[in-house]
Amino acid sequence: MTDVLTPPATVSPSLSDPARAVRRKAVLRWIAVHALGVAAALFFVLPFVFVLFTSLMSDNQALTRALWPHPFVWHNYVTVFRTPGFLTWWKNSLIYAGAGTALTVVSSIPVAYALAKFRFRGRNLSLMMVVATMMLPPQVIVVPMYLFWANQLHLTGTLWPLIIPMAFGDAFTIFLLRQFLVTIPNEYVDAARVDGCGELRTLLRVVLPMAKPAVAAVALFQFFYCWNDYFGPQIYASENPAAWTLSYGLESFKGAHQTSWNLTMAATMLVMAPVIIVFFFAQKAFVEGVTLTGVKG
Amino acid sequence: MTPLTLRAKRRRSALVTLGFLAPWIIGFSVFFAYPLISTVYFSFMHYDGFRPPTWNGTRNWSYVFTQYPFFWPALRNTMWLVLVMVTTRVVFGLGIGLLITKIKTGTGLFRTAFYLPYLAPPVAATMAFAFLLNPGTGPVNHLLGDIGLPQPGWFNDPSWSKPALTLLALWGIGDLMVIFMAALLDVPKEQYEAAELDGAGPWQRFRFVTLPNISPIVMFAVVTGVIQTMQYYTQPIVAGKVASGIIGNAGQQFEPGYPEKSTLTLPQLVYNLGFQRFDTGSACVIALILFALAMAFTALLMRRRGGLIQAGD
Repeated sequence: MTDVLTPPATVSPSLSDPARAVRRKAVLRWIAVHALGVAAALFFVLPFVFVLFTSLMSDNQALTRALWPHPFVWHNYVTVFRTPGFLTWWKNSLIYAGAGTALTVVSSIPVAYALAKFRFRGRNLSLMMVVATMMLPPQVIVVPMYLFWANQLHLTGTLWPLIIPMAFGDAFTIFLLRQFLVTIPNEYVDAARVDGCGELRTLLRVVLPMAKPAVAAVALFQFFYCWNDYFGPQIYASENPAAWTLSYGLESFKGAHQTSWNLTMAATMLVMAPVIIVFFFAQKAFVEGVTLTGVKG
Repeated sequence: MTPLTLRAKRRRSALVTLGFLAPWIIGFSVFFAYPLISTVYFSFMHYDGFRPPTWNGTRNWSYVFTQYPFFWPALRNTMWLVLVMVTTRVVFGLGIGLLITKIKTGTGLFRTAFYLPYLAPPVAATMAFAFLLNPGTGPVNHLLGDIGLPQPGWFNDPSWSKPALTLLALWGIGDLMVIFMAALLDVPKEQYEAAELDGAGPWQRFRFVTLPNISPIVMFAVVTGVIQTMQYYTQPIVAGKVASGIIGNAGQQFEPGYPEKSTLTLPQLVYNLGFQRFDTGSACVIALILFALAMAFTALLMRRRGGLIQAGD
C-alpha cells in the first residue's frame, strides 16, 4: 500500500518524504479515529432506529425479521393514542413533571443560596446532610412514607404524594445550584447589600440573573427525573389507573399487547420523544449541568 | 455600635438564614428524618399494615439473613454489578470520552449521538432492549445468527440477564462521557508536549500524563457508580417483567428477579417484602442495610478533600 501511494522519486526524497510521512500518518489517524467514531455512533443510534422502524410495521411484519417497514403503518401511533388510558398517563406525566419541576426549583433556590453565600454555624454540616440525602436510594424511607400518605392523609392513588414533597427542596437540585452559586464572586452580593438590598432582593435581582444557566440545567434535570420516575408512581399511584404516569403505564401497555411489538415500540417512542425534543432545545444548558455534577468539584 | 443593636442584628440575620433554609429544614424533617427513625422502629416490629404493630425483637433481622430466599441472591447480584457493570461502564465511558476528544470532524453530531441514549427514560430504554434482545424475534439474535455466533437468551437466561443489563447500561454512557470529556480537556497541553519531547508513545502518554491527571474523576465515577448500583431498580424489574410476560395482568403477581433471581437487587427487596408480602418489619431491615451501604460509599466520596464539595468563601 505504501508503494502505491508513494509517487516516483523524481524530487529529492530527503526534503519531501518526512513531511509527507507525517501528513500521511495524520490522515491515517484521522481515518482510524473517525471509523471508530462511526462504529460507536452505530451502537448508540441503531437501537433508536430499530425501535422507530418496528413501530411503523404491521402486526405481522413486526414478527418477521424484516428491518424496513413495508408498508409504513403510521396508524400504529393513532392506535396507541386511542388505547384507553394512554392520554391520561400522558397528562399525568406532564402534571407531575411540570408541577414537580416548578416547585422544586422555587423551593431549592433560597436554600442553595443560603448554603453558598450566608455565613452561619452548621453550614458545612447542612451541606453534608444535603449530599448524604442526595445519595440515598428512595427505597430507604419508602415504607413509613407510604404508611404516612396512605393512613394519615389518604392520598395514595393520586399524584399528590409525588408532587407535594417537591415543594420542600430537592437535595440534588440544592447541591447543584449551590455548586454554581459559590462560583459567583462575593463582590456582587456584597455590593448589593451595601446598596441596601435585603437578602431576598439580592437573590432575585443580582444573583438569579447570573445563575440562569444553572437554574435551567437543574430544571431540566428535575423535569427528566419526574418524567422518568417509575418507582414513585409504582408505589403511590399504582392502585388507581387514572393516576398512572407514562413511565408506569408503558409497562401495562406491553402487558395488554403481548405480541404486538410494533404497538409497544410506538408507545416506547412516544415516551422517549418529549425528553429528546426538550434536549434538542436545551442541549447546552443540559451538558453544562452534567459537567457541574462532577468536574466542577 | 451598641451591643444591643449588634445582637438584634445578629438575631435578625439568624432569622433570615432560617427563612431561606426553611423549605429544606421542613423537607428534611418530614420526608427524611421522620421516616428514617420510623424505619428503625418498624425493623423491630411485626406489622402487616393492617393490625397494630407488635414487638418482634430481632426476628425480622434473623429472618432476612437466614430465611428470606431473596436476600443473598440480591447481595450476590449487587456484587456482580459492582464488579462488572460499574467497571465496564467506567472503562467504556473513559474510552468514549477519549474518542470524542480526538474526533475533529462533525464533533457536535458525534457527541449528540453518543449522549442521547443516556436521556432515554429507563422504562422505555429497557423496553427497547427487551425487544432488541428478544431471543426469538429480536434483531440482535438475527444478526448474531447470520454471522454464525451463538444466540443467547439474554433477559430470559439467568446467566445472560446481567450481561444484557450491562449492555443497556453501556448504551446510556452519556453522563460519564461528558464528565470524562471535560476532565480530559482540562489536562494541561504542556505536559503532553513535554512527554512527547521525551519520546513517550501514545500509551505512555496516556499512562503517565492522562491517567494521573484524571484519576480523581475516575475515582468519582467508580464511587458514584457503586452508589447508583445500590439504587438499581427500574431496569432489572422492567426487564424481568417484560421477559417473563407477567405484566399488567390483574391477579398475577410478578416475582422479582426473573429469570431465577438473577436480576434481583436490594431495592427490589424493599418492594417485595413491604408491598407484596406485607412484611413491613423485614422491608425496613432491608431499607436500613441499603441505608448503611449508601452512607458508607457516600462517606468515601466526601472524605476526599475537594472531591465533591467545592469550598465556599
